[in-house]
Amino acid sequence: MKSTRFLAWLAIAVGAIYFIVPLIGTFEFSLRMRRGEYSFDAYHSVFSDIQFRSTFGFSMLMALFTIIFGMLLVVPTAYWVRLRLPKLRPVIEFITLLPLVIPAIVIVFGYLRLYNSSSFLPLTNSTSGTNMLLVFSYMTLSLPYMYRAVDTAMRMIDVATLTEAAESLGAKWPTIMFRCIFPNVMSGVLSGAFITFAIVMGEFTMAALLNRPAFGPYLQLVGANKAYEPSALAIIAFAITWLSMGLLQLVSRFQKTAPVKA
Amino acid sequence: MRPPHFRLNSFLSPNPLDDSRFMSQSALIDRRTVIDWLGIMPFMIFALLFLILPTLYLVGGAFLTPDGDFTFKNIADLFSPNIVSAYWISIKVSIASSLGGAVIGFFLAWAIVMGGVPSFVRSGLLTFSGVASNFAGVPLAFAFIATLGRTGLVTVLLRDLIGFNLYSTGFNLLSFLGLTITYMFFQIPLMVLILTPALDGMKREWREASEILGASTWQYWRMIALPILWPSLLGTTLLLFANAFGAIATAYALTGSSLNIVPILLYAQIRGDVLHNPNLGYALALGMIVITGLSNVLYIWLRSRAERWQK
Amino acid sequence: MSFLSLSHIQKSFGQVQVVRDFNMEIEKGEFVSFLGPSGCGKTTVLRMIAGFETPSGGTITVAGKNQSGLKPNQRNIGMVFQAYALFPNMSVFDNVAFGLKVAGRSKDEIDSRVKEMLSLIKLEHLAERFPYQLSGGQQQRVALARALAPKPQVLLLDEPLSALDAKIRVSLREEIRMIQQQLGITTVFVTHDQEEALSISDRIVVMNAGSADQIGAPAEIYNRPATRFVASFVGTLNLIEAKVTDPVANRISIGDQGVTLREPLGPVKAGDTVSLALRPEAGSIAEGAKGDTALAGEVVSSNFLGSVVRTRMRVGASVISFDMFNNPGLVPPAVGETVTLRFTASDLLIIRD
Repeated sequence: MKSTRFLAWLAIAVGAIYFIVPLIGTFEFSLRMRRGEYSFDAYHSVFSDIQFRSTFGFSMLMALFTIIFGMLLVVPTAYWVRLRLPKLRPVIEFITLLPLVIPAIVIVFGYLRLYNSSSFLPLTNSTSGTNMLLVFSYMTLSLPYMYRAVDTAMRMIDVATLTEAAESLGAKWPTIMFRCIFPNVMSGVLSGAFITFAIVMGEFTMAALLNRPAFGPYLQLVGANKAYEPSALAIIAFAITWLSMGLLQLVSRFQKTAPVKA
Repeated sequence: MRPPHFRLNSFLSPNPLDDSRFMSQSALIDRRTVIDWLGIMPFMIFALLFLILPTLYLVGGAFLTPDGDFTFKNIADLFSPNIVSAYWISIKVSIASSLGGAVIGFFLAWAIVMGGVPSFVRSGLLTFSGVASNFAGVPLAFAFIATLGRTGLVTVLLRDLIGFNLYSTGFNLLSFLGLTITYMFFQIPLMVLILTPALDGMKREWREASEILGASTWQYWRMIALPILWPSLLGTTLLLFANAFGAIATAYALTGSSLNIVPILLYAQIRGDVLHNPNLGYALALGMIVITGLSNVLYIWLRSRAERWQK
Repeated sequence: MSFLSLSHIQKSFGQVQVVRDFNMEIEKGEFVSFLGPSGCGKTTVLRMIAGFETPSGGTITVAGKNQSGLKPNQRNIGMVFQAYALFPNMSVFDNVAFGLKVAGRSKDEIDSRVKEMLSLIKLEHLAERFPYQLSGGQQQRVALARALAPKPQVLLLDEPLSALDAKIRVSLREEIRMIQQQLGITTVFVTHDQEEALSISDRIVVMNAGSADQIGAPAEIYNRPATRFVASFVGTLNLIEAKVTDPVANRISIGDQGVTLREPLGPVKAGDTVSLALRPEAGSIAEGAKGDTALAGEVVSSNFLGSVVRTRMRVGASVISFDMFNNPGLVPPAVGETVTLRFTASDLLIIRD
């Protein structure tokens, strides 16, 4: 028992060092910009960069679109599968897990060839078309997480009973979907949203290959050209991730304690 | 689900072949089936357009010449030394970082579930893992450059405090080892997150039953705990493998295009046709799909063997 | 010295003392039940015998050997857990064989011993099944076979029936008792179900707040509860407050009805209050029922419970329940009716705490 506890603490110590040292290192490095003393100059330089603001804003916007359209796609599908096509669940689940198997770079490579100027759907011809394609690519990337989150939330409410109850009260199709189903799986929607946000904000491959001015490619550009700003950006990115995950935890805690209204 | 049903029904009908006076039971069922399928059409169309077709396009293109004739030449060209070495490094990094992540992640998950540590350690580690498993890509590379790079904190401290020059040992962050260590930063937390629930599912009574029957701790792990955990361990390791294999942002930010791994090679090919044959690029992508696909097939097969005692 | 001896056992978890000065001598081949409500320390005592918990004080000996310092896997004890705890990755055969395998027995020996055990629990035909394919009752029988296979010195059963359906619970407890007698194995059985304990034990230990309130044969525990706790925990019991009217003649009054007790009242004086206990099945309101004592009361309620009808009547400040065996011709007394309950004065027990 004593040796167990010793080994446990040893494992945690090793893990903690592995995780914390790079963060300390990064933070320390980000303060080194002014020679001979620590300062927040690197952060100042980052925040005053117009590129930083515009790419950050662009990625935020893309994340927002991804979350909205992703949920509009995922929630009705998960609902319909649970209600009417339970036999199809393994197939749908398999499809939603495919983005974990097919590397992102392969998917975007396919887009570039399939939706180029000479294709049946020349999305890459215009800026708005390319932005659309970027949102679709982010939806694909976040599909495994979104679907899982929503489906889990749906398992906790009895969708069939909820639907019948709404119908018996004379509710119509959009009412059922937006007034009954969405609010009840809100916790799942929110957890899916936060993880999607974290993914989209740092994403590099899709945006770089689609040539969009997103935050990920901007980070890479800064990394290739500057010395101390990248560390400051890494700390900022870590803080963003931490924020999304913290909100996610908050939501999932709320989900566990809140009584299910069915 | 009646209201939408009726409305969609009337929208679809009348079917000219259908004599409504004699509409049979089976026709009703068929119609219902059609409605059921229509409900998931948006999802299916999306998956087809933005997931399946792009992939199939590349897979098909791998077997075509630029002029559109069928050929195996692209596949054969994959076995050129440059490409083979790229695959080899990618596979090595993926295996090393997934195994390393699996082993360390397993011990961490074990420590917080069975090690008798206070509960704040558990919740702290799980929260941190949620963050760190999503902290990948470009910023992760920055963090490791600031830590283990030539002027990184650890490198400098080692040199100044104990006079140990990390880089004189041949270590390089832009190498196989450096990339593996960097990747493990998101691999370990992922393992912790997936394995903790699995370890939570291990009943205390199994341990006690084996103990009272005379088994040692080692026998308990070998004969009971590991066989039960095997599917989740294996599955997660293979997931980590695929995760590392497809990752590009970290490696690209870390090494530019100096490290010859498959995703970077493919990235360069997409940008500028460095292989001078667009269809060879498709073959490169196909190779990636085959490898991640194989690891998943392997996982499903091994799991079905390991899980014959489950439903 | 007896086969399994627990002397002055103490156990504290931090500040909380869960077992205090527990003493018990168990003979070889005896079937002893620890009976008590949850949290009374019965499972803790069992786990100390198994070696999962270390006593804070006192000694446990098995066959004359002090168990302190021995790990569970060095004690040669068999245990059956509440939640089956079969190894899910092993077939029934492998589960039963586990203890023999880790002991390094030969394959032939394992084979024949497992077959013997499976025939003992009548599950030979399920040897290749996995636990998830078995019912709860079958799983618990396999767990029993698994515990018995290595021929343990002592068998510990930790509420083995509480997760099962009522019917299987009854048949399995009889089966456990039969197998125990057949093998003559010393057995400690932990339960919170008094009917279970009463029906299969040689002796029962009624535990309350970490110590033994009473140790005795089932009939003794039931008929002569030593404390108020035992009286109220084992079986259903009417607790009646009575007033002493004449300590010398053993006269008391319940409400305003006088009763002469058989048992000496002891050092009390007139006007004192005493607690009396009466089992619901001790009396009868039938015409011509036997008994030297009678109490009249007003019926408060009458409930049909299947084999019996339980009626409650008010006598003074107390409410007394009594049971009548059900038969098709039985007409239960109506609420508000006055009935007379007759019983033998020796059935009225004085509860002294």
